[in-house]
Amino acid sequence: MAIDDFMRPLSRRGLLSGAAGAATLAAAGPFRSAAFAQNAPLKVGMMLPYTGTFAKLGQFIDDGFRLYVEQKGGKLGGREIAFVQVDDESKPEAATDNMNRLVGREKADVVVGTVHSGVAMAMVKVARDTKTLLIIPNAGANDATGPACAPNIFRTSFSNWQSTYPMGKVMADAGIKNVVTISWRYTAGAEMVGAFAENFTKNGGKVLADLTVPFPEVEFQALITQIATLKPDAVFSFFAGGGAVKFVKDYAAAGLNKTIPLYGAGFLTDGTIEAQGAAADGIKTTLHYADNLDNPANLAFLKAFKAKTGKDGDIYAVQGYDAAALLDIGLTAVGGDFTARDKMLAAMGAAKIDSPRGPLSFNKAHNPIQNIYLREVRNGRNELVSIAQANVDDPARGCKIS
Amino acid sequence: MDLITFGVQLLNAVQYGTVLFLVASGLTLVFGILGVINLAHGAFYMLGAYLAYWLTLVTGSFALAMLGGVTIAFIAGMLLETMFVRLLYGRDHLAQVLLSFGLILVIDEVRQLLFGKDVHAVAPPAWLSGSIQLTDNLSYSVYRLAICIFCLCVAVAIFLVISRTKIGMIVRAGAENREMARVLGIKFDRVNRYVFAVGIALAALGGIVIAPISTVFPGMGDGMLILSFVVIVLGGIGSVAGAAVGALLIGLTDTFGKVFFPSASSILIYVLMAAVLIWRPSGILGRPNA
Repeated sequence: MAIDDFMRPLSRRGLLSGAAGAATLAAAGPFRSAAFAQNAPLKVGMMLPYTGTFAKLGQFIDDGFRLYVEQKGGKLGGREIAFVQVDDESKPEAATDNMNRLVGREKADVVVGTVHSGVAMAMVKVARDTKTLLIIPNAGANDATGPACAPNIFRTSFSNWQSTYPMGKVMADAGIKNVVTISWRYTAGAEMVGAFAENFTKNGGKVLADLTVPFPEVEFQALITQIATLKPDAVFSFFAGGGAVKFVKDYAAAGLNKTIPLYGAGFLTDGTIEAQGAAADGIKTTLHYADNLDNPANLAFLKAFKAKTGKDGDIYAVQGYDAAALLDIGLTAVGGDFTARDKMLAAMGAAKIDSPRGPLSFNKAHNPIQNIYLREVRNGRNELVSIAQANVDDPARGCKIS
Repeated sequence: MDLITFGVQLLNAVQYGTVLFLVASGLTLVFGILGVINLAHGAFYMLGAYLAYWLTLVTGSFALAMLGGVTIAFIAGMLLETMFVRLLYGRDHLAQVLLSFGLILVIDEVRQLLFGKDVHAVAPPAWLSGSIQLTDNLSYSVYRLAICIFCLCVAVAIFLVISRTKIGMIVRAGAENREMARVLGIKFDRVNRYVFAVGIALAALGGIVIAPISTVFPGMGDGMLILSFVVIVLGGIGSVAGAAVGALLIGLTDTFGKVFFPSASSILIYVLMAAVLIWRPSGILGRPNA
């Protein structure tokens, strides 16, 4: 657009006709909303990180969600969708205010968010208090679909427990007797390492040492030397983002990748694999997605996502896409009538989605029941090895919905 | 713990400490001589790492990236001193904190515009990319060893320049008694500009050498800034030798803390700082009335 388009002074005629139009609209406003209440767009509040460390993840979730809505002609369940966006910046301290703004001032009917678990838990609290429909497209905090579960809260991603529990058996079955675990010392780290250790020890394995560094510190060298002296059969790790890149590179630079195989939660190599380069080769991880899942839904999704954004779709885009699919199922069940709430929530709870990640349904706590895949890094991709465990259901410990 | 493992951990500590020294020495130079608290120091560390990434991509050589990165940082330091920092001499610390905090925001925006928000990896030069096998399952990266040696050389060079050369004498005179030095005909406008630029270049150099082992990401300077402040408070504000001692102490505390007291490792360096400040309120090598 040329700069003139912004600079051109408003002509008197333009001003007059604009004012007339605005006046007509203002006068018609009350009638419009009264007559067409049912057809007014449903307001979806996207509360995601659009800046900061998780910006890329937030953008992919947003793109995935909008892709689904576009594919349905801008409507879900026959109801027009309008968006309102809030950047949560992954700041838990601002989360309650942001969520209240979406629900209160912006009058969002549905809120979709977010990536950071701390922010998500604050959103869960507001959603419980205000009974707002909330769909969590990433954050894995066990509590969100555990003690804090509610009929109006859904998750289309995973629980931390779910993503690593199957790895315990996979590693024990591979003949690994003892491991060292290493992670950041915060909730997600403890939940992911804990679920792995739970299943690994149940299958006869032993955890030699549980190493941690404070979040988000990235100086791992001392602990990597420690791993070399403990000589475990394998290492299980959870890191994400910049920390994951550095850990994997340090691990390889110390030569440990040749003697002690590295396993981890999928986030170790998802979204970070390019920066890790050859250092990531051979790392095995578990996640509810793999880059080359060969099912029709995934192939169609990847193609459409690439056409829309020019980028390769990933698990974050899939989670956003499925969030829209879930809302679509709810709205379709009630013919777009958002006020028929109980019927809509029941339909969402019973949803069976043919997701790009494979079959997706929900348990009583509204956490996904899904396949967890074992992947191995080959040629810079998280390639599917096998289904580590099919239809993994989070135990939803502490959830009171029955 | 056997002797070799202990030796490797010692090496880890020294390597961590020397990079810390590089960054902290720049901070303490600027504070000690110009009297300016530069909160944006960590941002230049981050910028150095991004420059290393970008210049390695463009030139294909890490050595060129290093040279280019330091030069760009030095020029940026000269410009910033001329335009903004000189307004701060003799002003109270609040003004300095405000301006340098503003600089952080600006640098972060510039970084976002030029390089985006992604995490990047930088390859070390090919001839430094291997590792040395110490025992059958313990090896040490050649690049980390090279960092140790390089940073020690830079440290020695800084000491020599400050203690043995005319430039160093002028700088010391400026720090000791500015009025007297000015009466003797030293033009401080120019000295100030160089000192600030050198400080910034040292921060960037720290970011450049750490890039191949740390990866490059937004916000990487924040933690480094805090640690650098701990180093100079520990060693004595304004003392470059103090920064060396402080950085080494923190390297040792952090590394062995992680090995022997993992659950307390995150607070150990602050416990150390508190202990030292009780014993010597002005830092290990700080002058009591400074």
